[in-house]
Amino acid sequence: MPVLSVRDLGVTYTGGITGCADISFDVMPGEILGLVGESGSGKSTVLGAIALTTLATRGSALFQSPRRGPLKLFALNGQERRWLRQREIGLVHQNPRLVLNLDLTAGANIAEALLEADWRHYGKIRTRAAELLHRVEMDLARMDDVPRRFSGGMQQRVQLAKALANSPALLLLDEPTGGLDVSIQARLLDLIRELSRELGTAMLLVSHDLEVVRLLARRTLVMQRGRVVEAGLTDQILEDPQHPYTQLLVHSRLA
Amino acid sequence: MSYSFAFLDEQSKRAVRRALLKAVALPGYQVPFVSRELPISYGWGTGGIQITCALLGREDVVKVIDQGADDSVNAVNIKRFLQRTAGVATTSVTAEATIIQTRHRIPEERLRADQILVLQVPYPEPLRLVEARETETRRMHAEADYGRMYVALYEDIVHHGEITLPWQYPAVVNSRYLMSPSPIPRFDNPKLHLADCLFLFGAGREKRVYAIPPHTPVASLAFEDYPFRAEAFPGRRCERCGSGDTYLDELILDESGRRGYQCSDTAFCLRRRQDPSVARGWGEASAPGTPRGAEA
Repeated sequence: MPVLSVRDLGVTYTGGITGCADISFDVMPGEILGLVGESGSGKSTVLGAIALTTLATRGSALFQSPRRGPLKLFALNGQERRWLRQREIGLVHQNPRLVLNLDLTAGANIAEALLEADWRHYGKIRTRAAELLHRVEMDLARMDDVPRRFSGGMQQRVQLAKALANSPALLLLDEPTGGLDVSIQARLLDLIRELSRELGTAMLLVSHDLEVVRLLARRTLVMQRGRVVEAGLTDQILEDPQHPYTQLLVHSRLA
Repeated sequence: MSYSFAFLDEQSKRAVRRALLKAVALPGYQVPFVSRELPISYGWGTGGIQITCALLGREDVVKVIDQGADDSVNAVNIKRFLQRTAGVATTSVTAEATIIQTRHRIPEERLRADQILVLQVPYPEPLRLVEARETETRRMHAEADYGRMYVALYEDIVHHGEITLPWQYPAVVNSRYLMSPSPIPRFDNPKLHLADCLFLFGAGREKRVYAIPPHTPVASLAFEDYPFRAEAFPGRRCERCGSGDTYLDELILDESGRRGYQCSDTAFCLRRRQDPSVARGWGEASAPGTPRGAEA
């Protein structure tokens, strides 16, 4: 049974601009599903609709909540949406500075996620935060240091730890390695792959970078102008692209 | 030129009372109200004065405290204002007053069911500390989404090993609304819990009133393993009355720069000097802060 089942998703922004249309896909347990396309193709709109930060104007999304059973995401009220965002659907943004409070300690940033999920024991919160920072390979000596003094890669690790704090059933990754240099990018990708294997968390990965998707996702959707133009196994898409746009995308890769 | 009784016109007083009724019905919830112009500027106790004026009857006896003292300039001025515009009797004896208007302190002497404490509040929104947007703080109150408030307490423990927030220490009223008891010291927070009197809070500049009705549970925020703790003054006593269980102010006592401690509540200090056995009376019902349990 899929963790997430999206059917005919459409987002029309005010002014009649189409964000995305006719999007259907499933994310299976433990799977990383890739979503590629150039900027403006609607990838982030799809992600936003599932993260419940963008209003879906059409279609449905069925989410298997570990605590509450099957939920129709787009029919939830504000409070239920927040509950889900804080516990079961994690989001990792391209820019950690938009998510983290740079002037609170790394530990406090993770604690925030736990406190929002009603953790009220300081000692247990500290232990859990340390465990998460260890898992994303952060030096624990930096736990009580502020992320403003961290490198971009470290900030992204803290954000990842925060997103994983409440063991979400679904993790949404929006260009998680964008803006990082290649060696840092490689280590972070390894980490995401390990986490997926260890925790079995289902992930939806948005990227414009075919290499990132090739490394992480077994299945991929290719988007152009708000629609899915090709879908299938990542290897197949990269080796034998069918749609002219996918062909262009694959062949514009730097060798 | 003549004024209405207690300065404000009858319609305005009625509007304030209407807001207060709603505040009492929803303990801890901030109710917007018609904050009128007064002959003093916002930020000088106009919220409290408007509540007091709206409540006053000819039989009332009013006490006004500022920084715990009855004889400080602001307290005297507000008292004189109420005297002149309403002709009511005033007192500095806590037990004699029917309405006590205060800033910074809750009297050391336990208040009775027939007494009302009116607090002048500069910052009514406890969530302002963690969220700047009013739209967002209203949503947080509506959904009882108070997790982020604890982040400030968490950081405090990380840096200082304990919660150090000295005043404006947030508390959950009746297991529902988070409220700021600003500007009282956290020493006074336990007095809010299951009290016999009615507490009314008024913020004139921010145009908000809120209330804690009698016998309402009020829990100061805390962690399970870091319970709420009021300030204590171990080994220190009031220079005048010798009390060791009251809230003390540190003062420079003479020209030599000698420092010492005195009761912040001057009326209670006076009573203790006359009779050292007088009890505070808050002790028995003062429960320590308890963390807000798992979601309701």
